[in-house]
This record gives sequence, structure tokens and C-alpha cells, in this order.
Amino acid sequence: MPNQAMPTEAAVLDALSGVRDPELDEPITELKFITELRVAEDSVDIRLRLPTPYCAPNFAYLMAADAREAALSVPGIKRANVVLEDHHTSEEINSGLAAGRGFKETFRYFEETEEDLDELRTIFRRKAFVSRQEKLCRALLSGGYSSAELARMKLGNVPPSEALEKYLSRRAELGLDVSEEAPFLVNPDGERIPEDVVVEHLRFSRLTRLSIETNSGLCRRLLATRYGIEEKERA
Amino acid sequence: MYEKNGEKYFVVDGHVHFWDGSPQNYNKYGKMFIDCFYGYHSALSPEEYLWPEDKFQKYSEEDIMHDLFEIGYVDKAIFQPTYLLDFFPGGFNTTAQDAVIAEKYPDKFILNSSFEPRLGEAGLAEFERKHERYGFKGVKLYTAEWHEDSKGWKLNDYWSKRYLEKCQELGVKNIHVHKGPTIRPLNRDAFDVADVDHVATEFTDLNFIVEHVGLPRLEDFCWIAVQEPNVYGGLAVAMPFIYSRPRYFAQIIGELLYWLDEDRILFASDYAIWQPKWLVEMFVDFQIPEDMQGEYGTLTPDIKRKILGLNAARLYDIEVPSEIPQPAPVMAGTEPEYPETPV
Repeated sequence: MPNQAMPTEAAVLDALSGVRDPELDEPITELKFITELRVAEDSVDIRLRLPTPYCAPNFAYLMAADAREAALSVPGIKRANVVLEDHHTSEEINSGLAAGRGFKETFRYFEETEEDLDELRTIFRRKAFVSRQEKLCRALLSGGYSSAELARMKLGNVPPSEALEKYLSRRAELGLDVSEEAPFLVNPDGERIPEDVVVEHLRFSRLTRLSIETNSGLCRRLLATRYGIEEKERA
Repeated sequence: MYEKNGEKYFVVDGHVHFWDGSPQNYNKYGKMFIDCFYGYHSALSPEEYLWPEDKFQKYSEEDIMHDLFEIGYVDKAIFQPTYLLDFFPGGFNTTAQDAVIAEKYPDKFILNSSFEPRLGEAGLAEFERKHERYGFKGVKLYTAEWHEDSKGWKLNDYWSKRYLEKCQELGVKNIHVHKGPTIRPLNRDAFDVADVDHVATEFTDLNFIVEHVGLPRLEDFCWIAVQEPNVYGGLAVAMPFIYSRPRYFAQIIGELLYWLDEDRILFASDYAIWQPKWLVEMFVDFQIPEDMQGEYGTLTPDIKRKILGLNAARLYDIEVPSEIPQPAPVMAGTEPEYPETPV
């Protein structure tokens, strides 16, 4: 087998950086949820950990399943073993993933679960969108834009920034128009926010952003305490 | 009572426990549960208030009396039972466990109870007997609790409503709701507080106190509280941010004052996860940072007095000493504009 076809750990890590905690809207790599990553030929072993043993099992499953899928997307990787450590549903999730079972099947011993996780994922994609939009609006307002101007802006008029990139990616995930001509300020259904309710809209969006950020701070701290790792204070 | 700079504060700790999370009493899920609590304790307490793990698992009557009343400034503490019989076979913190202390110091504690809607009709009769025995005015409901095959329930389930009707009938008017990660329904967000909305609309003469102000779903909680005047926010879990993340704490309090008003926010330590002493001291000293005051205003001694004790005193008909100023309820928030120049 030619050497250049061998997948690297860096390549897998890069793929994993695209997996986000749906609740916190941050990459699992930045959240320090990955404790081990080992590539051997065409297979990879990945270990995940979470801030508490009672972190919501549905999100735990999503992250573990997404991590597996991301790893398998790396050229040359044919097998990905994902293990979730120290969680009250570790057994179910690990055996479910190893057997390639879906979410419903994985938890069938707990209780019948009628639907899949698509709806849940959508709820949190909407929250992430709202939060990223608010963050961007805050930056624009402090940069001198008025709320009326925000309501009239098109995506193409928004000055480039990292906050804009993140907003556009969350917006695209919801299947909303991200072309330059599309209105900038829309709700998660893609409907334009009228000028006279921009303030109210942002006021409520701010709560979503605050919730996610507070939760993220709490989770980072819990993880740091649980595993004795040093936590860098974030601004 | 706490006094600082000539201001006096009557303190009601709205959420305390006397639990048994010791190895003699837990199974593997119980162990993870108390570990989880200990994680919260360790992560958010100032260093000088950290307990060793074994003390945290089971502490003494002396500890609770000392921490709440001798040094913690608490005038009244409300026991909020958490049964968790599937995790702790002897009960984690049941009405009967709490009653041992509550009945010994009746002027110090208010004893709440709980109900288990999945026990159906038989549980309903048992609940009534329990009320006859203890005469409580409030219940604490933990919708994430396991029971046999069920891994959680919702407030607007049929049997839950039957129990809420019973609460109405018995004059149990304060319903504390604790959201935690449930297993069922797995495909839903376990922290979702939408079920509170349903029952708050239906049971308008009951008060629904959402513990930890709905965190991590503050936005959903505020949305409901704006529409339902009988929905309150308990500050357990949010309080300790005052130490580790004061700017987030300022924003949480600021948002609660904006969406709910100052009469519907209740102080709580969640003892023994955190201790009231430092929380009360820091809260009385706390002010919204200057650069946020344009958005959130400031916290006056009257607002702090309401949050620390007067609001809970109103819900539980607790007599407040005359030396404590008692500002009238406002029942309407000020409406600051979203700033053109945000923080």
C-alpha cells in the first residue's frame, strides 16, 4: 500500500473539529471532549468524555455518532471505534455505535423511542443561528450601524469577519438563503425582521446567546474540575 | 438576618437539602449522581468552602444548622425533597428524611414534599396522607426522576395534572419544578420548560417556581414567565456564578429583572451544593458592572431584599420582622431599550 494513502491523526482531528456540541455550538475538539485519538492503518480509535456523568444522553449520542461519521469521512479510514467514557449511558451508546445501530435501536432497552433526533437537532441549530446572529449584530451596532440599518442590510453589505463566517455557516445549516442579495436580518424561518421590531428581536435573541454562553462556561468548568485540567478563562 | 452598611436583609433560602448520598445508600446510578453534584460543588465554590467528598456525600445535623443559621444568615430555609429511589434505595432526600430536622427546629425550616405521578391513584391517596402528616405548602418536582421503566415525565401528563388538582384542593400552592436531563423522551430536549407553560395556564392559583431559572434554557423560561404571572424563577445554580463568572451573573439577573420583574425571583443556595454564607455576602455586595448599567440598571437594596427573602416570604406566608423594610411589589418591569451601542 502506498504511504501517502495512510490517513494521519491530524487529518482525523481536523475532521473532528467540524463536530460541534449541539447545545454549546462549539467544536468538541475545542471543548476538550476528545481524550484519545489513535490511527492504525485504516482504523481509528477515538475516546470522548463529557463534563458530567448525567450530561443529556441524546446530545451525548449525537456527538459520538457525529464523531464516528466525521472520522469515516477521512480518506483511507474504514473503521472508526468511538467510545464514550464515564457516562451513565456509556454502555448503551458504546455498544450501539460499535454495532452500527442508530439512535432508536441504541436506546431500545430504555424505552421505545418513536422518533429520531432530527427535530431535536433542528431546535438547537435554530438556537445556534439566533445566537450567532445576535453576536454579529452586537458587533455591528458597536461599530456604528443603527438598528434600522441592520434591518435594511443585505448579506453582501456586511463587512467580513469571523462572526459573519459563523453566522453564515449556521444560516446555511438551516437551509436559508446565504447569497449576497439575501436580507441580512431574518428569523430562523428565513423571514425578514421588519425595521420596527429589530430592537425587540435582538432583545430576545440576546437571551438565547446568554443561555448558550453561560452553559458553555459551566460545562467547561465542570469538565476542568472533573478531569483536573487547567481551564483558560475566556473573555 | 444579614446586615451591611446599615441595610438589613431577611434571608429565606428557597432550596436546601439534607441528603444521604453515601456509598451505603447508592447504586451505580446514585454514585454518578452524587459525583455530578460534587462536580458542581467543586467547580463553582470558592476554595475555602470546598468539602471533602465523603463529607459532601453525607453531612450531619450539626453541619446544616451551623452552615445555614449560625454563619449563613438564613432566617428560614425551605427543604426541597429529591427522592431518587431508583438511585438511592433509602431515598436521597425524602420528606421523611428532611422532617427529622425540620420538626426539631420548626421555626427554622419549611418542609416541602413531592409527588410521584407515575404511582397513579394509589400514590394520590398516599400523597394526601403525607399532607395530613406534614402539612406542607409546597412540593418539589423532579421530572427527570426514574421510576421503573419510565425515565422521566412531564407536568402536563394526565396523572401529573390529577396530582396538581389535588394540590389545589389541599392548599399546596407552591410548585417547585426542577428540570434535569431525562432519558425519556430522548428525542426531545429534556430541559424544555414548555410543560410549565401548559400547567401554569391551567392552574392559575398555583405558583410555579422554576428552579435554576430554567438554565440552561433561560430564553424559554423567560418567554413563559413573561406570559404567565404565576411563574417564578428560583436562583439555585445561577447564584454561584456570582463568584466564578460575575459578568454572566449580572446579565442573568439583569435579564430576569427585565423579563419577570423583581417580585418573582427567589434566592436559593441549593445547600449543600453551595453555602448561603458566601452567596448572601457576595449578593449584597454585588452591583451590575458600570458598563452594563445602561442596559440593566442597578440593583438597589430593596431589589436585593425582595430576592433574598421577601418574595419567598410572600409565597410561604412567612412573617417578616418589622425592622426589615418591606417595599411594595411592583408587578411591572421597566423597559430599557436594546442599546444602539451594546456592551
